[in-house]
Amino acid sequence: MIYFDLFIGFLEVGLFSFGGAYAAIPLIRDVVMAHGWLDDEMLSYMIAISESTPGPIMVNMATYVGSEKGGLLGAAIATFAVVLPAFIIILLLMAVLNHFLQNGYVKAALSGLKPCIIGIILVTGIFMIVRNCGLMPRYSIDVLTTALTGLIALIYFGSRKALKKGLNPIALICLSAIVGVAVYSL
Amino acid sequence: MPILIELFLTFAKIGMFTFGGGYAMISLIENTCVENKKWITHDDMMTVTVIAESTPGPIAINCATYVGYKKGKLSGAIAATLGMVLPSFIIIFLISKFLNHFLEITWVANAFKGIKIAVGILIVDAAIKMFKKMKKASMQIAMLGFAVVSMVLINVFALNISSMVLMLVAALTGIIVFVVKNSTGKEHEEK
Repeated sequence: MIYFDLFIGFLEVGLFSFGGAYAAIPLIRDVVMAHGWLDDEMLSYMIAISESTPGPIMVNMATYVGSEKGGLLGAAIATFAVVLPAFIIILLLMAVLNHFLQNGYVKAALSGLKPCIIGIILVTGIFMIVRNCGLMPRYSIDVLTTALTGLIALIYFGSRKALKKGLNPIALICLSAIVGVAVYSL
Repeated sequence: MPILIELFLTFAKIGMFTFGGGYAMISLIENTCVENKKWITHDDMMTVTVIAESTPGPIAINCATYVGYKKGKLSGAIAATLGMVLPSFIIIFLISKFLNHFLEITWVANAFKGIKIAVGILIVDAAIKMFKKMKKASMQIAMLGFAVVSMVLINVFALNISSMVLMLVAALTGIIVFVVKNSTGKEHEEK
């Protein structure tokens, strides 16, 4: 039954996808292909849709596949399944967290993990910008995007220096969407 | 406003403006939950980021569940997670039903090109903020350097290595340094 398959399939995605959506894409591909839910072209399109709409990418993918295969109920079931493992794991962790965080070995592991994750996030962000501007080897430079990136970064970080509170992230996203529509449509 | 409704609405707002995955959302949660509402501290935020990265599932869901539970136990966790999921659920459902050529609409594609710029900046900003508050002993600096160099190599040469491997190495290094320090510390005491 499709609803049961969707539930199990996306439970698997939710349970085994470590390190965010981009790391999870191969896993999602396996699950979706194994069930024959989407072909390769549809899958690429779906990934693009999930990236271009707000919300967690994995959740978007689950909703999309669920909706294509089982309508509203299918979408609800797939989304519920992908969220469930993370939800339960965090609840269980929170129940023991304070105790857990006092453990010397846990503290030691965290002291190594924290700087590592900061490094991972930093480089992920930098390469997102670099790729977006076409600054990778064998790419051609996108001059307009590079200039816009410089300008928007200047506004974002500059506003923090100039004003007391600066531009908040939501305002930044709205601003850059408007700039995108205005500039790229020319 | 009752806390459950506030949690739901706050995370619905964050969910509406989270583009490009969980890393970009760290800036949004930090801005809303740490700086404005003061629901959690910066340290909590760092802890939840580490937990979210080390546990399976969407990072956004991990964070919403964490903050929700902290403010309102189980019902708070449900309210925050539901808030996080609902906007994108509605949007994706409508797109899959009615907009087959969503990404071919010119202004949508252009708006997204703009948003992509902001997403990169937000991710770098999140990392810089965390770096500023990081403890900077030699082990931490070494791990940061290790992660940065590995990630640059992975990106430039398109290596098929999961960031989970780096995290495993970092956690083990942390534990080894701790054990070595402890044992040498004890030797000193004995002398």
